[in-house]
Amino acid sequence: MQWEVVIGLETHTQLKTNTKIFSGASTTYGAEPNTQACEVSIALPGVLPVLNKQAVECAIKFGLAIEAEIAPRSVFARKNYFYPDLPKGYQISQYELPVVGKGKLTIQVPASKNTEAYEKTINITRAHLEEDAGKSVHGAVEGMSGIDLNRAGTPLLEIVTEPDMRSAAEAVAYAKKLHELVQWIGICDGNMQEGSFRCDVNVSVRPKGSDKLGTRREIKNLNSFKFMQQAIEYETQWQIETLEDGGKIQQATVLFNPDTGETRAMRSKEEANDYRYFPDPDLLPLVIREEDKARVSALLPELPQALQTRFITDYQLSSYDASTLTSSKALADYFVATVNAGADAKQAANWVMGAFSAKLNAEDKLISESPLSAVQLAQLLKRIADNTISNNAAKQVFEALWAGEGEVDAIIEAKGLKQVSDTGAIEAIINEVLAQNQAMVEEFKAGKEKAFNALVGQCMKASKGKANPAQVNDLLKKKLLG
Amino acid sequence: MALTTEDIKRIAYLARIEINEQEAASTLTKLSGILGLIEQMQAVDTTGIVPMSHSQELEQRLREDVVTQINQRETFQAIAPLTDSGLYLVPKVIE
Amino acid sequence: MINHSLKQLGQMLASKQISSVELTQAFLKRITQHNPDINAYIALDETITMAQAQAADARIATGNIAPLTGIPFAQKDIFCAKGWKTTCGSKMLANFTAPYDAHVITQFDAVGAVNLGKTNMDEFAMGSSNETSYFGGVKNPWDFDRVPGGSSGGSAAAVAARLCAAATGTDTGGSIRQPASLCGFTGLKPTYGLVSRYGMIAFASSLDQAGPMAKSAEDCALMMNVMAGFDERDSTSLDRPKEDYARGLANMTGEQPLKGLRIGLPKEYFAEGLDAGVAKVVQDAIAEYKKLGATIVDISLPNTQLSIPVYYVLAPAEASSNLSRYDGVRYGYRTEEYDDLMDMYMKSRAEGFGAEVKRRILIGTYVLSAGYYDAYYLKAQQIRRLIAQDFTEAFKQCDVIMGPTAPSTAFKAGEKADDPVAMYLQDVYTIATNLAGLPGMSIPAGFSNGLPVGLQLMGNYFDEARMLDVAHAYQQVTDWHTRMPAGLE
Ligand SMILES: [Mg+2]
Ligand SMILES: [Zn+2]
Repeated sequence: MQWEVVIGLETHTQLKTNTKIFSGASTTYGAEPNTQACEVSIALPGVLPVLNKQAVECAIKFGLAIEAEIAPRSVFARKNYFYPDLPKGYQISQYELPVVGKGKLTIQVPASKNTEAYEKTINITRAHLEEDAGKSVHGAVEGMSGIDLNRAGTPLLEIVTEPDMRSAAEAVAYAKKLHELVQWIGICDGNMQEGSFRCDVNVSVRPKGSDKLGTRREIKNLNSFKFMQQAIEYETQWQIETLEDGGKIQQATVLFNPDTGETRAMRSKEEANDYRYFPDPDLLPLVIREEDKARVSALLPELPQALQTRFITDYQLSSYDASTLTSSKALADYFVATVNAGADAKQAANWVMGAFSAKLNAEDKLISESPLSAVQLAQLLKRIADNTISNNAAKQVFEALWAGEGEVDAIIEAKGLKQVSDTGAIEAIINEVLAQNQAMVEEFKAGKEKAFNALVGQCMKASKGKANPAQVNDLLKKKLLG
Repeated sequence: MALTTEDIKRIAYLARIEINEQEAASTLTKLSGILGLIEQMQAVDTTGIVPMSHSQELEQRLREDVVTQINQRETFQAIAPLTDSGLYLVPKVIE
Repeated sequence: MINHSLKQLGQMLASKQISSVELTQAFLKRITQHNPDINAYIALDETITMAQAQAADARIATGNIAPLTGIPFAQKDIFCAKGWKTTCGSKMLANFTAPYDAHVITQFDAVGAVNLGKTNMDEFAMGSSNETSYFGGVKNPWDFDRVPGGSSGGSAAAVAARLCAAATGTDTGGSIRQPASLCGFTGLKPTYGLVSRYGMIAFASSLDQAGPMAKSAEDCALMMNVMAGFDERDSTSLDRPKEDYARGLANMTGEQPLKGLRIGLPKEYFAEGLDAGVAKVVQDAIAEYKKLGATIVDISLPNTQLSIPVYYVLAPAEASSNLSRYDGVRYGYRTEEYDDLMDMYMKSRAEGFGAEVKRRILIGTYVLSAGYYDAYYLKAQQIRRLIAQDFTEAFKQCDVIMGPTAPSTAFKAGEKADDPVAMYLQDVYTIATNLAGLPGMSIPAGFSNGLPVGLQLMGNYFDEARMLDVAHAYQQVTDWHTRMPAGLE
């Protein structure tokens, strides 16, 4: 049987605020245990929550960025369950009326062995504000767990998708795109190691062609894209094998073990949960007006979607290039700076997405850490455009720039890479090559097209790569067919 | 909606309150009486009535995002049942 | 001195006729003498109390005196007070010393009032007789065999027995007014949101409201001036301009100070279930009000009977969640021996909570649980609106509503202890105002078989000042509020 995997994501995005969602305790990462656990964080008797304005602003920004409905009135609810890292015995979250309603996010799924690269729009069901729990620390005291409540009450935006994804690649592409977006609009620092961006992935499988959803298992707390890919692939395979062996999938929460590459069901959450949600009587409805949205909208940078459209119309880029270049704010900014420094847009796009990105990847560097400035790249591209250097020579210059060997023109000079475009000089080289390669000339005349390319190669070699290849082509053709 | 002792045990577990067989039985009697009282509500037609969560139709006030709480760990942990190295200690949490 | 009003005590302190230390010592002496019998106070700390009295005297010496400076008050043990044991009447918090101050405590401290101690109460404010306290019941000063009412039973007995100048209480379903009625003093539950709930240990958050428990309406007005006011730490605190709750009291003189006042009498408050002796006292009080110039309007609050079922869904639901924080992890009771985390939770909560609290947690858990939410919780919230709308309609026809506070006088200890439903019916006349968020008051109106009877006043939102005027006018022409239980002079 042919199987289809169905995937939906719930992402917990830690919002960039100074203080917790319902109290004035600091959210700085890495403090000594419980030193940021104020009276509200540890839920002393009698304490009460008051909502953080900045957290609400972050939610509005996100809603605007995914073109979602922002609820004019949303409600905080209590999700009741016992856990030592949950001091009140309930989590304040949003349930029936979330702050952000239906929206969408367009993702770019890269090419793979079997498929071309493609775009897909993922529907976002909702996004809601809630508080984070604390952390359990194991191993400090034998047989005991230690509870650190510094993180308890940190503001989160939980972003939930429809079950729209059909492969691990799509899920990862969505997670990456979302990861970029929340950083782009400045609501999350994106630090996955510190837990600022955590994904729960719901995975189910069904016979291809069926429109009924299978029973899903939820992979909790994935904090790396690589693990997400592995976890989904393993889980999908496991579910298919289980079903093919005549088994049934039980709804469950599972954890991914990076060491074994396997998923396994959690022990502590076996019992059916009954969260007894109800509106939190300590908090009033959150009201967001048109003017609040307008005010927050003015604080937003140009969004990737708008920038992508602008790249297509202003620079005549393909939609794939435009979307790749807007996959991160830093990349888009670098591209625009290169163009603004005088580079041809199409050239700039090719180099930024090509050699530049490849180099960053190879050295695992961020754009902000690039040794090559956008102005330098633009200078290099100008030298290609005005025929000073060939594309091949440009690659050498690029390497030299990256290595910090100086400015573009100086490098061209020092390495003697200037291109020969003088017709007379090139003709002289051609004549010499033809004289020395009579056999190839004969082959060409006998109809072997390949021989022509070989002759071009010989000419380039004879010029030590400096001859303008287009000119060599033209002149050689004239000579041979002449 | 008649309650059973099984219901009582299930609710008590949800509420994390240990309850033995005998307590469950006596609780059942008392809770059934209270639920009988509550059942009066079912006679009222509430179609279309907006539920009332708060006595005033007000909206949530927002707090400026400024740190106002300082570290009081020593004070707070002085009244804790069991701590070590700044952590609250509980029996091992199993995932 | 023990019978003096807060205003009189304030004048005596300001004129140095008496010092705060002397006044405080006088009350502490009475507490030493009578508290062992009455059990009104469950935490006393002479060192803190006397330090506050000395500080008050020093403040008075500088001339920086506020109306309540130097006056000793009793605080219900539901308010967190830094350095004070704050137990909420529960074994769960028997060893809990609050590391911070409730807003109410801060307000009293700010004016230089003295804290005499923390008063007994039904465990987590769940009860109408003070019999659910882990620290034992409280005696009604009028008859030691009887209950003082609840949940603010300790504060009630302390006020009635003159073991404080006045006290604070909280009222979720009648916990200030019912004990005020049973112990014969004046108590006010303000409009929800006027007094900050910060630091007040939560029972049912959407209903809980703190208020004054004192000898007279005038005393209550002076206390309201201190207790009420915006607090940014409570999202439900109302941001309104400060008002003087005593501003109209001086006008309550002359022949007919209440001329033009329309008093609504809800027929449902005088129906079956009301004790005949209580009914008689209430009718006499109404007659007195007519003499003061008020006119009587017959009104109806048709959903009155439903307030009990609605309350016994909503309050336990909120409570079941509010009390989840008592898990033995960060503070409070933890069982001695446990096998694992689950065992620790189950035993700590089973041993730390008393029977009534557990009962309410279980009801609350049940009505919120999957499959029952709509039939119980949502339905109750809908009927809550109907009950509030009854009042909206009623206040189109009258300015203040009057009726009995409680269906009977103080009952014998143990009489209803094993019958929760009978106990719950004690609050039939008081719960509706909590559900609607409206202010309610109880004032002494006479006696039935030697036991005090309270008259209840219910006002529109933010109408506390007028209610206090109306109560004060009555207290100008009657002396029920000055009566004191025999044997405690
Ligand atoms: Mg979730
Ligand atoms: Zn969540």
